[in-house]
Amino acid sequence: MNGANTPQMKTIIKYVLVDLIRNRIILVYTAILAVLAVSVLGLDDNPAKGLLSLLNITLLFVPIITILFSTIYFFNAIEFTELLLSQPIKRQQVILSEYLALVSALSGAYIVGIGIPLLFLVSGTESLVLVATGTLLTLVFSSLALLVFVKSKDKTKGIGIAIIIALFFTVLFDGLLIAFIYSFSDYPIDKAVVGMIALNPIDLGRVLMLLQLDVAVLMGYSGALFKKFLGSPLGNVFSVTCMLLWVFVPLIAALRIFRNKDL
Amino acid sequence: MYNRLILSAFFSVCAILAHAATRQVNPSAGLQQVLDKALPGDTIRIHPGNYRQSNIIVRKQLVIIGEGYPVFDGENKNEVFIIIADGVVLQGLQIQHTGRSSLVDMAGIKLQNVKNVRVTHCKLLNTTYGVYLQNSKRCIVSNNLIQASAKEELQSGNGVHAWKCEQLLISSNRMSGHRDGIYFEFVTRSAIIGNTSSGNIRYGLHFMFSHNDTYEYNTFQNNGAGVAVMYTRGVTMYKNTFYHNWGDASYGILLKDISDSKIDHNTFHTNTVGIYMEGSSRIHVTGNTFSNNGWAMRIQASCDGNLFEKNNFSGNSFDVATNGTMMLNTFRENYWDKYDGYDLDRDGTGDVPYYPVSVYSVITERIPVAMILYRSFLTRIMDQVENIMPSITPDQLKDIRPRIKKWQL
Repeated sequence: MNGANTPQMKTIIKYVLVDLIRNRIILVYTAILAVLAVSVLGLDDNPAKGLLSLLNITLLFVPIITILFSTIYFFNAIEFTELLLSQPIKRQQVILSEYLALVSALSGAYIVGIGIPLLFLVSGTESLVLVATGTLLTLVFSSLALLVFVKSKDKTKGIGIAIIIALFFTVLFDGLLIAFIYSFSDYPIDKAVVGMIALNPIDLGRVLMLLQLDVAVLMGYSGALFKKFLGSPLGNVFSVTCMLLWVFVPLIAALRIFRNKDL
Repeated sequence: MYNRLILSAFFSVCAILAHAATRQVNPSAGLQQVLDKALPGDTIRIHPGNYRQSNIIVRKQLVIIGEGYPVFDGENKNEVFIIIADGVVLQGLQIQHTGRSSLVDMAGIKLQNVKNVRVTHCKLLNTTYGVYLQNSKRCIVSNNLIQASAKEELQSGNGVHAWKCEQLLISSNRMSGHRDGIYFEFVTRSAIIGNTSSGNIRYGLHFMFSHNDTYEYNTFQNNGAGVAVMYTRGVTMYKNTFYHNWGDASYGILLKDISDSKIDHNTFHTNTVGIYMEGSSRIHVTGNTFSNNGWAMRIQASCDGNLFEKNNFSGNSFDVATNGTMMLNTFRENYWDKYDGYDLDRDGTGDVPYYPVSVYSVITERIPVAMILYRSFLTRIMDQVENIMPSITPDQLKDIRPRIKKWQL
């Protein structure tokens, strides 16, 4: 897929990035994240608490902002995309370049906004994992946004679906999960629950982060499996692998659909 | 009571010193022979050095003082000192490497059926049991360093182990690396003051059937499972620190069938569970600080008549968890950092009650697997909704007069 026309891809990425930065929303996003990070970390003298609050902010805002912004951006850039498609470049490369530019802008914003305050105030593995979690979530929800863009016919519908996806993963999924846990609590469902967690990138991110903190013990207290599985390096590998799957599966699907999409 | 005990011990020592001979012992001499020749009341001074002697039995009332920590070595085979006479004083010795046996509890210093014995300023290193008291009365164990590096529960013994004793004073010792730091069974009317019990593989303090004991100014930290006490009444705990007993089966303190007791001005900091209470009645819990614990308290529905008053709760993941809907305990005038009520009349207590059991803690209590959703957005929404319309949480479990400001403790 890559290879032949990389100079063109680089040019596209550059133009989209310049456009995104001129757009200023990315800068505002960075600034908001930075202000939140500094105030949350400054408020609490216990760094673990501060990290937990930042985790909450990340889990709540990053997915919804990323997916909304990306979907809207893809739809708004549709004329630009059409223009590019009239040039001798592969379709997939055009859309992949746009995706890459968007992802680097958004994750750059997250890394600068959250990462730099963390670097100065709470540096350590936990902070690194938090930044990694946020970045992964950005990648996941950008991929989902791209999928939404290629699958839906018009902008309004696309944005609607994006909102539904974001809400589904932040709230609804956990609600369904708890309903499942409630109804099958008499059965040994530990393994099933860990498996189901893999179906929600936000839960994966949360678990990945919690495992780095002391509070992981609370999870160990309530189930030997959580302790054995999630507490081991294997648990980390599992979470990260699943999140990467969440990035690449929708992305590849979107690229394939886009190949035959009628714009 | 304890002052009198110390005084009487002091006078008895004075009386002994007044008309007693002093004998000196070198590493070349056999201590056992010297002890057998000595008359009751004599003082034995042991010069520094390495004594490869063990199974030494003290049969008379002697004062045995080590100078510069003479080393007695059990060579991983034997016990070291066995005291079977009343009024013995053992001081300033270093005792190490006792044997390990499944038939006999091998101890560095063993007291058998004695009264008024004092063991002070000794170093017990890598002993299976450090100081072992058996059916003894009015004994003092103080200022000892009791250190081991046990790996397995079944292979190891306890730092201070007492069985069927009365009026003991265990003070200012440091025990670590044993199975239990302090272990009591049928030990009554005793005082345990200023000890530090840390890094033991099971419990820092473990007692059963030990009524009317007082624990003051002790520190229990980093023990495998914290502190567990059972089947006892009349316990007083004052100004102890329970710190960082952190693990998936660790407790700051686990109370099982404890009654008519007081837990007063203690500090519980970063424990998985601060206080775990089961089948316990009429315990007065006041002026304690619970901070940064996983659960500040887990109170099983089998507890009744307990009073929780004027404590500070801050930074705990969960304040209180319980396993039922019935609550026969009283909470009042505690400070809860999660309280968001108001105080219109400015009397320092909130005008609306505080419900310390969050809905999520009820759910995880019932279905532990639900813990996988810890810190998710949904659980916070559920807590907020429950705050407005309580339905699952036990509505009797509430603090009617929560404090607005932290107590100065």
